[in-house]
Amino acid sequence: MPPQIPTDFEQQLVEQRSYLMRFARLQLRNDAWAEDAVSETILAALARPQAFEARSQLKTWLVGILKHKIIDSMRQRQREVTLDSGSDDDSADPLEHMAFKADGHFAEKPADWGNPEQDLKSRQFFAILEACTDKLPAVQGRLFLMREWLELSSDEICKELALTPTNLYVQLHRARLRLRECLDLNWFAQAPMP
Amino acid sequence: MTAAYPFRRTCKEVSALLIAREDRELPLSERLALRLHLAMCQACPRFERQVLTMRNAMKQWRNYGDDE
Repeated sequence: MPPQIPTDFEQQLVEQRSYLMRFARLQLRNDAWAEDAVSETILAALARPQAFEARSQLKTWLVGILKHKIIDSMRQRQREVTLDSGSDDDSADPLEHMAFKADGHFAEKPADWGNPEQDLKSRQFFAILEACTDKLPAVQGRLFLMREWLELSSDEICKELALTPTNLYVQLHRARLRLRECLDLNWFAQAPMP
Repeated sequence: MTAAYPFRRTCKEVSALLIAREDRELPLSERLALRLHLAMCQACPRFERQVLTMRNAMKQWRNYGDDE
């Protein structure tokens, strides 16, 4: 058989690889798993190019396939995916970092985050949001993005990963508070006061 | 205290509820306690705004890649 020249479609798929890797890494927090999920995504797309023809956005279609591959990947590794590193820092409740008085009321008001609608249009804001998400401890980051990127319900996540709801809620509570803290420090504190 | 004021919550408890609400449905009694606290507290509505901003931000982030 003569060597095959990549088709236009193959070329287009390969060009999306680094974009797909970014999300796969962020969600899986493991480069080897991410490589596998992205390769499987591109192979699946190559196997049925006709599925794409009706769609306008190649990226969106590929991300849809990638999400399924990532869920499969995490289901197969459910123990590793949810195994807490157990460092003290990961298990601390970030609520304790917030300024509460002894009676449980706020010692100072949380910051006014200003005009979020305007901020949310900014590319730089999303770069910080992504960096803050990436900084979460691995288990917290994976579970948080299962909710926010894979858009799974809490029940679905518990089922896929054989987690108890209590365990899931503790991790999500920490993840969300850490993200809030990170945004408060790195974006909203920097933004010009209205 | 709790018996006399079954719907009284501290800001710290309310913060935890506002975070929990993102991932699970709160029982009716907690929803009511939350509402009562938010109506009379100056600080917690700010925290609620922050949580809602994050919710909105994640939603936009999910859909953001298409424009790049």
